[in-house]
Amino acid sequence: MTTKPLLEVEGLKKYFPVKKGMLGRTVGHVKAVDDVSFYVNEGETLGIVGESGCGKSTTGRMLMRLLEPTEGKVVFDGKDLTSLTSDEMRKTRRDIQMVFQDPYASLNPRHTIEKILEEPLIVHGIDNPKERKKKVREFLEIVGLSAYHAKRYPHQFSGGQRQRIGIARALMTNPKLIIADEPVSALDVSIQSQVLNLMQDLQKEFNLTYIFIAHDLGVVRHISDRVGVMYLGRMVEMAASEQLYAKPLHPYTQALLSAVPVPDPDYQKEQILLAGDIPNPANPPSGCTFHTRCPHKMDICTKFAPQLVEQDSGHSVACHLYSDQVDNDIKQMEGSL
Amino acid sequence: MSEFVPKADGIAVMKVEKTVGPWREAWNGFKKSKVAVVGMCIVLFFILLAIFGPLIAQEGINDQVLKDRLLPPSSEYWLGTDDLGRDILSRIIYGARISLWVGFFSVIGSVVVGSALGIIAGYYGRWVDTIISRIFDIMLAFPSILLAIAIVSVLGPNLRNALIAIAVINVPNFGRLIRSKVLSIKEDEYITAAKGIGMKDARILVSHILPNSMAPVIVQGTLAIATAILEAAALGFLGLGAQAPMPEWGKMLADSKDFLHSAPWTMIFPGLAIMLTVLGFNLMGDGLRDALDPKMKS
Repeated sequence: MTTKPLLEVEGLKKYFPVKKGMLGRTVGHVKAVDDVSFYVNEGETLGIVGESGCGKSTTGRMLMRLLEPTEGKVVFDGKDLTSLTSDEMRKTRRDIQMVFQDPYASLNPRHTIEKILEEPLIVHGIDNPKERKKKVREFLEIVGLSAYHAKRYPHQFSGGQRQRIGIARALMTNPKLIIADEPVSALDVSIQSQVLNLMQDLQKEFNLTYIFIAHDLGVVRHISDRVGVMYLGRMVEMAASEQLYAKPLHPYTQALLSAVPVPDPDYQKEQILLAGDIPNPANPPSGCTFHTRCPHKMDICTKFAPQLVEQDSGHSVACHLYSDQVDNDIKQMEGSL
Repeated sequence: MSEFVPKADGIAVMKVEKTVGPWREAWNGFKKSKVAVVGMCIVLFFILLAIFGPLIAQEGINDQVLKDRLLPPSSEYWLGTDDLGRDILSRIIYGARISLWVGFFSVIGSVVVGSALGIIAGYYGRWVDTIISRIFDIMLAFPSILLAIAIVSVLGPNLRNALIAIAVINVPNFGRLIRSKVLSIKEDEYITAAKGIGMKDARILVSHILPNSMAPVIVQGTLAIATAILEAAALGFLGLGAQAPMPEWGKMLADSKDFLHSAPWTMIFPGLAIMLTVLGFNLMGDGLRDALDPKMKS
C-alpha cells in the first residue's frame, strides 16, 4: 500500500434500543450496523452497496457523527473523530461534507441558492461577504449551473439541478472527503449519468475522496475504485471494483449481481433468486446472518458468524465457503465464548 | 427583465428574470380569494380608524352632556348617545384603539413566549419537551376565560392586566402549534444538511427551523387576534378589563345592558363594531391559511 488511508473505520456499531411498556424498558436492540471496519485511501472512491435497511446510510451518518456510534473508532486524517467534543467535531465537518439522497428535501425551501451555498462559508468563518458571493457564483459555474441562478429559490430548479446545488454546497468548504448518501437514486436515469460524471470530474479537479452509498450496483460500478457489500448491518464482501464484478465470492453478492438488468433483450442469464425477506435486524439469525437465504448453507453457518477475511489481495469476504480453516474459525469462536 | 443567455450547448434560451420569493408567492395566492381581501379591508379600515380616529371623532369623548341622554341616531349624533349623553360614534372610534391594541399586543406576547417554548420543546425533545408540554396541558385543562378571570383577579382589574391574562392563556396554543411543526421540520433533510455543514444548534433554530415554522403561526395569530378582542370585550363586560370611563367596546356593552329595550342603539353599535372586527380578522386568517399552508385546509 503506497498511500496512507484518509479514513479508517474500526469495529463501528450502532445499536438502536427497542423500548417497550410504560417505563420504557429496553427489551432489545436493533443492530443497524454491527462491527463494520474499512478504510478509504486519499483520492479514491469507496462504494457501499446493500439493500434498504442494511445499515449503509447509518454507517455514512456515523462517519460524520450525525448519529453517535454505539461503539467503534473512526480515524480521519490521523484524528479519532469519536473522541472529539461536539464543538471540535463541528469544526472538523469542514473537511468532511455530505451529499444527500433527496434533492427536494435537502435544500431549505425558504433560502435562495446564494444563501444556501454561502452558509457553509459563514459557519466556518471563511472569506468576507464579497469573496463569498464571488465564490458562490464560481461554484455554480463549476457544477454546471449559471451565476444568475444564485438569486433563485430551490423550487425553481429540477431534481438534477438541485442535486448539482447540493454537490456545490458540499464543495464550498473545500473538503477532503465527501460522503454521498444515494446521491442519484432520486433522479431519472438520464440525469443520473450527468450527475455521476460531474462527480467524477470534480474528484479529479479537487482531489476528492468519495464514500459513495447506493443500492444500484451499476451506478456503484461506474464510479467506485473499491466496493463494499453490506448485508444486515455487516460488511460481507469488499474488493476492488473490477474484481468484485468479475468474480463475486459471497453468495449474497453473486445474487445481487445476477439481478442487475442487462440492456440486451436476447441475453439469457441465470438469475439467482433469493428466497424470503431480509430478516428483522432486531432479531438477527444466529451465526452468519445470511444463512436463512443462502443457497450454499452449511451447518456451521447457523452456529458461527464468519469473519471478514482477505482471500485474494484486496479481496475480502465473510463466508465459511472460503475459509480453508473452518476448524480454526470454530476454535477461535469457541475460545472467545 | 429578460435577456438572451447562451447556454452551454450553444442554444440561446430566453431567460426570464422572475424570482418570486415564498412570501411574495403567498401574497399572490392570498389576493385570489375575494373574501380574504374583504376581510383584510375591514381590518385595515379599523386600523386606520384607530390611528386617525382622533382627527374624525369629536373632542371630549368622556364629556357627559346630560341633557342629551339616550338620544337615538340623528344628524348630530350619528349613532346616538348613551345614558350619560356621550357620543357613541366617537367612543366606538376611540374604542378601536383599545381593542386592536389589546388584540395585537396580547397575541404578540403569546406568540413570542409560545414560540420560544415550543421551539425548545420540539427541538431538544426528551425531558425538556415533557416538562414544557405538561405545563401546556395543565394550562389547557382550564377553560381559557376562567383562567383569564383568575389571573386578572390576582393582578387586579385593569386593561393592562387583562392584556397580560389574555396573552398568558394563549401561550399553550402557540406553543403546541410550533412544537408540532418543529417536530416535523427537524426530521427534514435540510436540517441534517445544516448539521452536516457544521452549523451550531442556535443558528439552525433561528435560520432554518424558525422561518419554516412561521406560516401556521401567522395564520393562527390572525385568528387569535379576533379571539383576543372578544376575550378583552368579555373581561370588560365582566368589569375585569377596561375601567370606566374608558370607551372599551365590551365595557360599553356592559354599561348599556340596562337600556336594551328603551335605547337599543347603545348596545347594537358597539356590538356591531366587535363583530365586524372579529369577522375581518377571521376572514383574513382563513385567506392566509389557504395561501400559506394549503395542506391545513379542512
